[in-house]
Amino acid sequence: MTLLAVERIKLFSTRSPWWCMLAALAVTCGFTALITGTSGDDYPVSVQTTQFASNFGLMVILVMAALAVTTEYRFGTIRATFQAVPNRTAVLLAKTGVVALLAGVVGEVVAFASWGIGKVMRPSADLALNSAADWRHVAGVGLVFAVGAVLAVAVGTLVRHTAGAVTLLLVWALLVETLLSALPTVGEKIQPWLPFNAASNFMLMGGTPPPGASVVSQPYGPWGALAYFTGVAAAGLVITIVVANRRDA
Amino acid sequence: MVVPLSFKHAVRGQVGGAMIEARGLTKRYGRTVAVESLSFTVQPGRVTGFLGPNGAGKSTTMRLILGLDRPSSGDVLIDGKHYRDLHSPLRYIGALLDAKWVHPNRSARAHLKWLARSNGLPKRRVDEVLELVGLTNVAKRKAGGFSLGMSQRLGIAAALLGDPQILLFDEPVNGLDPEGIHWIRQLMKRLAAEGRTVFVSSHLLSEMAQTADELVVIGRGKLIAQSTTGEFVERASGTSVRVRTPQLERLRTALAGTAGTTVRVDEGALLVNGMTSDQVGEVAATQGVVLHELSPQRGSLEEAFMRLTGDAIEYHAEEAGEHLHMQGTSGGAKE
Repeated sequence: MTLLAVERIKLFSTRSPWWCMLAALAVTCGFTALITGTSGDDYPVSVQTTQFASNFGLMVILVMAALAVTTEYRFGTIRATFQAVPNRTAVLLAKTGVVALLAGVVGEVVAFASWGIGKVMRPSADLALNSAADWRHVAGVGLVFAVGAVLAVAVGTLVRHTAGAVTLLLVWALLVETLLSALPTVGEKIQPWLPFNAASNFMLMGGTPPPGASVVSQPYGPWGALAYFTGVAAAGLVITIVVANRRDA
Repeated sequence: MVVPLSFKHAVRGQVGGAMIEARGLTKRYGRTVAVESLSFTVQPGRVTGFLGPNGAGKSTTMRLILGLDRPSSGDVLIDGKHYRDLHSPLRYIGALLDAKWVHPNRSARAHLKWLARSNGLPKRRVDEVLELVGLTNVAKRKAGGFSLGMSQRLGIAAALLGDPQILLFDEPVNGLDPEGIHWIRQLMKRLAAEGRTVFVSSHLLSEMAQTADELVVIGRGKLIAQSTTGEFVERASGTSVRVRTPQLERLRTALAGTAGTTVRVDEGALLVNGMTSDQVGEVAATQGVVLHELSPQRGSLEEAFMRLTGDAIEYHAEEAGEHLHMQGTSGGAKE
């Protein structure tokens, strides 16, 4: 508990997490408003469409989570931290926990704010949260943000440099996964096993697919997709903790 | 206003025990050996200087003591324990390794607050140490805007936070104004007088001669000497004799032929080490050399220190050539 408090003090006594949270909210809600505003009869607003923009928010959260640890390396405060608490495993777990929790809360705020925007802008659309799938589409955003934050903290700790960690995360999530999925024949097979694809599968699977989207059958159900994404993040965290314990600070 | 350095002496009452003990400490970075089989002890109740030229491995040793770097072999014990096994280490050992290890957007108070929290220290202790180092008025300002002197004071506040029996300072007077230097020297003496173990590094013997009671001297990662400062200075500075003569070459040859003597030419005169002025005069007489000057010199401390650490200096500036001859590299701005 002490270490969680320490990491909370550290995180909130600098400005970048506040800016990132604001940016995540603004970017996501802004795009949701655009999507909802430009939707018409041929493109009706559904619970899922209100959450299309959550991916933008996720990217901002990845940056925030990576920064939470790379700035510590940049300014040397990680050494001050390890000096105060030599148990590096405990330090990294506490940091990951605090950042993931914050990311989860931001995710829920972003998701319900986006859903609310849809309701306000299109009162006639069917946006009621009637089924478990509807709830997953909205509330699931927070879970994905939290797990994504774990992965980003792990990558940030491994890479140690802000530019490197952020580039790696964003290029992977935005570019590499898309390109790999687009590969002929094999693309379709590996697509479900790309972590961020799995994350968005978790959020979007089931329900009414948006027009134009090809329905690909997945080897897992929505919760299997989340479990896989979580497994990747957890593996990353374990590797990071092992490396950080061996490495000179 | 006098603020007590200590807030729980009575509770712990651990006097005279806390020491640092390095045993065969070795650290390699790739193929570079930063520290090699270093063994020394640092005792409580006095200021121990950790002296060595830049790049000698002082900062590395300090990181090894604090468990930040892992030794390639050997180990360091603090109060008989490894750093990583200390519970709430800030209560045992406080350190200022780099005053810039602070997030620039975090206030001085927030920086100390998380440190205090991590070791279960009360919040009022944060205000106490801020008062102690004279940063109370700027406690809410961002540490990034601090001058070097203020950063250094914040680093010292962090080191004193847990009221530890052992304190490490890495080049604490670097870049400080005379007032700051005076303040740090007084503080270190005061801490030692309270029975604490104070270990402070410097690359300047003159600085150490003013503050340290005991010296651990290293060069190129190896131990050169551990002795009291007085002894070291005595042995290091020695004496040399300055001789001027129109028959410079002839006298030089004669003197250089004597065992245990070194002679070098300095501004048209000879500087002779390892001989008294009487002996030099006698040699001159047997050679029939005319002397214009024969004066014993008390060598400067820095000169002596350079002679002692001679080939232990990492970066040699060759006098003849203009190129720098670098041997190995070691990281860290301090090194």
